[in-house]
Amino acid sequence: MSDFTAVSTAEAPGPRAGRPDSGPRSLAGDAWRDLRTSKVFWIAAVLVVVVLLMAAWPSLFTSADPRDCVLARKNAGGSGGALFGYDFQGCDVYAKTVYGARDSILVGVSATLIAGLLGLVVGLLAGYLGGWIDALLSRLVDVVLAIPFILGAIVLAKRLSSDPESNGVLAVIVTLGVLGWTTAARVMRSAVISAKNQDYVTAARMLGAGPARLMVRHILPNAISPFVVVLTVLLGINIAGEATLSYLGVGLKGDAVSWGLAIAEAGPYARTVAAPLVWPSVFLAATVLAFIMLGDAIRDAFDPKLR
Amino acid sequence: MFRYIVRRLLQMVLTFFGATFVVYALMFANVDDPFQALVGDRPLTDSQRAALNARYHLDDGFFTQYWHYVKGLLTGDFGMSLTGRPIAEMLAQAWPVTVRLALLSIVIAAVLAVGAGVLSGLRRGGVFDTVTLVLTLIVLAMPIVVLAPLAQLIFGIQLGWFPPTATRDANLYELLLPALVLGSLVVATQLRVTRSSVAENLRADYVRTARAKGLAPRRVIGVHVLRNSLIPVITLIGVDIGALMSGAVVTEGVFNIPGVGFNLFRGVRTEDGPLVVGFVSVLVIVFLVINLIVDLLYAALDPRIRYE
Repeated sequence: MSDFTAVSTAEAPGPRAGRPDSGPRSLAGDAWRDLRTSKVFWIAAVLVVVVLLMAAWPSLFTSADPRDCVLARKNAGGSGGALFGYDFQGCDVYAKTVYGARDSILVGVSATLIAGLLGLVVGLLAGYLGGWIDALLSRLVDVVLAIPFILGAIVLAKRLSSDPESNGVLAVIVTLGVLGWTTAARVMRSAVISAKNQDYVTAARMLGAGPARLMVRHILPNAISPFVVVLTVLLGINIAGEATLSYLGVGLKGDAVSWGLAIAEAGPYARTVAAPLVWPSVFLAATVLAFIMLGDAIRDAFDPKLR
Repeated sequence: MFRYIVRRLLQMVLTFFGATFVVYALMFANVDDPFQALVGDRPLTDSQRAALNARYHLDDGFFTQYWHYVKGLLTGDFGMSLTGRPIAEMLAQAWPVTVRLALLSIVIAAVLAVGAGVLSGLRRGGVFDTVTLVLTLIVLAMPIVVLAPLAQLIFGIQLGWFPPTATRDANLYELLLPALVLGSLVVATQLRVTRSSVAENLRADYVRTARAKGLAPRRVIGVHVLRNSLIPVITLIGVDIGALMSGAVVTEGVFNIPGVGFNLFRGVRTEDGPLVVGFVSVLVIVFLVINLIVDLLYAALDPRIRYE
């Protein structure tokens, strides 16, 4: 397999030349060849890597402490060491923004993993088993979709965050995960339905493969790419969702540092000093944009119709 | 068609009970003692508690209580806010403002999306098309919680083009900036759908026929292409209403617009549980009904779709 890929890349002078003549290649291999030449993909990937680094090692980007706030330098400009100046409590805006990446990303990634797991299981079971299980699970998806996202999230997050000691991270993760899996499940279900009637699945079944093996080894690998695209975009949506819930006052709280919290805190003081509102907003929007672009690029690469 | 309507109605009844059940179960699971919160620091006697329990059916089982709640919802009795005002009254006052805001943003979004979508669909790959696509990507990436405070800061406070907050009667001028912000939630998707369906329809046989008959390009595009391209856009409105409801909570909160979303925003901040659940339930019902209407409209609009 790798031999074929090596031969074909050696033969191909341009990005799209010499495509079909060099033997079998996997869909993922093809997609990766497409992705490598996509500008959108590289811009998005660089942004994502920077944000992930920021979340993992914020001290790489700033030596200041986001919780080191001195009221004496309240609303001071960007001269004295702090790149973006100080906010109304005298905290370093740049440090707060950098450290805010951690909770935002943590919430986004964990919520997406929960949503992905739920969506995968529900979509796979509904699509593969069909019949009354499909009907039941599809109605469940309808019910969850019937509750507009923020409205459901307000009620659920409020219920989950009753413990005054916690900083709300877990509550927000569960809320976003539990409400966000429906699109992923629908996409998975339809991909499974179209994959399960393929000849290779019938062949595997005739060779004696059981339902679990059929699902995991044969159907899943061929149905997973649209699902991955949905999850990438969902990651961006969940990061925005955390910000929205924190803004509304049912999200992160206490000593948590996140972009949504920073936006909510800076809002009322924006008339006096704009930087504490602007910079977390810019970082948040850039991160969401990066994930949406990444999803777009991956979808384009995986969609055979666009070739 | 008749069978489709019946089936769709039955489906809606099912989702109605499912969705209200979820919302109610979350409220029911509340651990706080609402009556103690009601009387404050004073002690609550056993007889008072018994009377309150009886009035709010708290001695009944979970399903009986859920039944009382659904009955209230269906007869227009949404309960009382913790401030003592009936929620139905607050809704009646807030509803017109939100409807005005939502209509304004839908109109703005639709005009922008259809106009720009048709233009870029006609010239795919052109400069206008590329610029529009990049812009929609940026708009898609801006959550309302970023866009609303920034728009208020830039256009309301620093440039002073629009009033930064609305007054009690929320006139059209005050609603313009919030409507633009809210409309941005849906404009990008609408534009992209318009663009791709225009591009697709341009290659359709009936367009070639219309051109071959010698019709003017203006008529081919304005009547033949446009009419068929708008059908998928209309179905989006159903989904959009849900997004607008979510967005309205933040937008009305930021711009101080006394609508449904603002009441909900304040209810969340002041920990007014009954208000939040009452408002959310009503909004869920409105969302369900609008989606039903849009689905039926879609079936009526597109003769190619046959429902069995």
